[in-house]
Amino acid sequence: MAQAEEELRKGSGEVSVAAAAAPVDPTAAAVDAVPPEIVAETLGEYLRAWFSRVTSGATGALPVVLGLVVIAVAFEIWTQGLFLSPGNLVNLFIESMVFMTLGMAEIFVLLLGEIDLSAGYVLAVGAAIAGILVQKPGPDWPWWLAIIVALVCCGVTGAVWGTLVSRLHLPSFVVTLAGLLIMWGVMLVILGNAGAISISSRILVNQHVLYEFVWGNIPPLAGWIALAVVAGIFSVTLWTRDAGRRRRGLVAPPAGLTALKIGFFVAAGIAVVAICNVNRGAVTQVVEGVPWVVPIVFVVLLIWVFLLQRTKFGRYVYAIGGNPDAARRAGISLPSVRTWAFVLAGVTAGISGILYLSWQGGTSTNVNGGQYVLYGVAAAVIGGTSLFGGRGKVAQAVLGGLVIGAIYNGLYLQAVQVQWQLIATGLVLVGAVLIDTLSRRGSLSGSSARI
Amino acid sequence: MTLADQAASAPGDLGDQVPLLRLRGIDKHFGAVQALYKVDLDLPPREVTALCGDNGAGKSVLTRCIAGIHQADHGEMFWEGRHVNIRGPRDAAALGIEVVYQDLALADNLDIVQNMFLGRERMHRIFLDEDSMERAASETLAGLGVTTVRSIRQPVASLSGGQRQAVAVAKAVMWNSKLVVLDEPTAALGVVQTRMVLDLVRRLKDHGLAVMVITHNLNDVFEVADRIAVLHLGRKVAEGPAAQFDRQSVVDYMTTGSSDR
Repeated sequence: MAQAEEELRKGSGEVSVAAAAAPVDPTAAAVDAVPPEIVAETLGEYLRAWFSRVTSGATGALPVVLGLVVIAVAFEIWTQGLFLSPGNLVNLFIESMVFMTLGMAEIFVLLLGEIDLSAGYVLAVGAAIAGILVQKPGPDWPWWLAIIVALVCCGVTGAVWGTLVSRLHLPSFVVTLAGLLIMWGVMLVILGNAGAISISSRILVNQHVLYEFVWGNIPPLAGWIALAVVAGIFSVTLWTRDAGRRRRGLVAPPAGLTALKIGFFVAAGIAVVAICNVNRGAVTQVVEGVPWVVPIVFVVLLIWVFLLQRTKFGRYVYAIGGNPDAARRAGISLPSVRTWAFVLAGVTAGISGILYLSWQGGTSTNVNGGQYVLYGVAAAVIGGTSLFGGRGKVAQAVLGGLVIGAIYNGLYLQAVQVQWQLIATGLVLVGAVLIDTLSRRGSLSGSSARI
Repeated sequence: MTLADQAASAPGDLGDQVPLLRLRGIDKHFGAVQALYKVDLDLPPREVTALCGDNGAGKSVLTRCIAGIHQADHGEMFWEGRHVNIRGPRDAAALGIEVVYQDLALADNLDIVQNMFLGRERMHRIFLDEDSMERAASETLAGLGVTTVRSIRQPVASLSGGQRQAVAVAKAVMWNSKLVVLDEPTAALGVVQTRMVLDLVRRLKDHGLAVMVITHNLNDVFEVADRIAVLHLGRKVAEGPAAQFDRQSVVDYMTTGSSDR
């Protein structure tokens, strides 16, 4: 390890002040804390630096990916080949979508060092509002208007929690715990005495469109064409951006790494489309193609990534999560950024509510919002988002959501009773928080030794 | 009394030079506690002024008055000879005053460029203009001779104490500032890093900035200061060119408020 770092330092041709001033160990931590993609000049150098970081505890996405592999292999053996069958994998994707979007919702507030416990029942209320609005006899609104109204309502709840937290300085844990109870009650009020609504009508267009979000599939050929277009745009954009930055002498990853990223993206896209395009229907009925929910979640992910990584708002969210005092002195309005983060969390929880409504073909008073919100937090944390604020990415919710979905799906396949599902998910969550805390402690002790 | 009269009656070796910032009769009290009592101070351009004093002497309060965080109860401030009222941090920034606080106010999870532009990001329509910000930050750091960071895109958490101080100073000088106030810049640093920061202070002066260093470290004072001012229990007890002082006299002023030497 020490040798790899020595090479690194030679490679950059610079001598760090820390290296001269501090004893060996803290300096090693300083080198390790620098993400390899910004200092490495070749792919080989990047891989060596990455390996030295992993061995010293800065593991990044590695535990999640390894965890997914372990879970997949274990369930594949246990279910005797059922788990990794194309039909089940599509089910797994669909189930994971709700966890993924809830995880994205939580990331907005987790980045600030806050938490939103109401998201599960905001999901339920969003599902109930959208479902009620497309009932006939009933309001029979257009499906898109029902979605907009549901999302606006969910956003307003976020605005209320956010205002209480940021302007009145109430702890978000308590505010959103109250929110959990309130939204639970609101859901029961909306669903009324019947306690359940269905949107699985095939005749009513507005219900059918909502239902098809999850259960409708893109024709296989169209799926391949769409993938080619998306992968093409992604590859060209990423390559021209990185190449341009390299040409202008700005910090950029080595060309090999850019190519590797593009390769991963294209491979993942091909894998998803190929799996979904296998006929998973029964003997008499062909069911094939990518479910619409996959591109829907991809677009939501894309918008949130741009918002958090490329706009002022996103920058301020990270700044407040990292050092609220620094943000305040830089003239950032903390209350408005915090409130908007809660609003976006509410809207994203609403999106997962729409997906839930579609997935279940309706909704009922049985939605376990308390459990869902914990799955959402777990998805974010398992993906690598810190509970202490300032660290995390929206894309991590995708990996975390897949882990939760895989456990949920695998245990369901084996008809494992619900108590064991709860215990298994809880253990995974504890493991994820443990990794977060240990890596945080590692980086903290490193920086305090350097000051 | 006209400005010219004031300049003529100013203490120290200012000559006819108009100070960048001139404080006259600054009073500040918090409840019954008189934190500053009729403080006069001149900060000339292109010079490093060390503001010394023991704990509780009023250094921080005076800094905060200059930064606009506190408003003086009485007294006047002149910026380049012009009477000004600094009512908030934005007023101070608009004049060209930047303060680097002891805690540096850096977000550990953001990289160097992001920290240097925090709150003043350059935009390209609705998106951040990362390329232009990175180039400007890189030029500023190079201009200050800060070449020891591995990458301008590394998170601030991965920097050494001296490098963090350098980033905080670079952040302060990016905005056409004319006066940079450094609050205890070497308090938490080792020997090598202290040297690096003091070099940085000299380079600020070479760039034409006025620098006020708040410190009670006498090594730093005699290393970089052109002028020295000493506060004792809220009063300014000494001010003048550094050559007029020696270590013992500064210690005497700091501890007793007077010196026989």
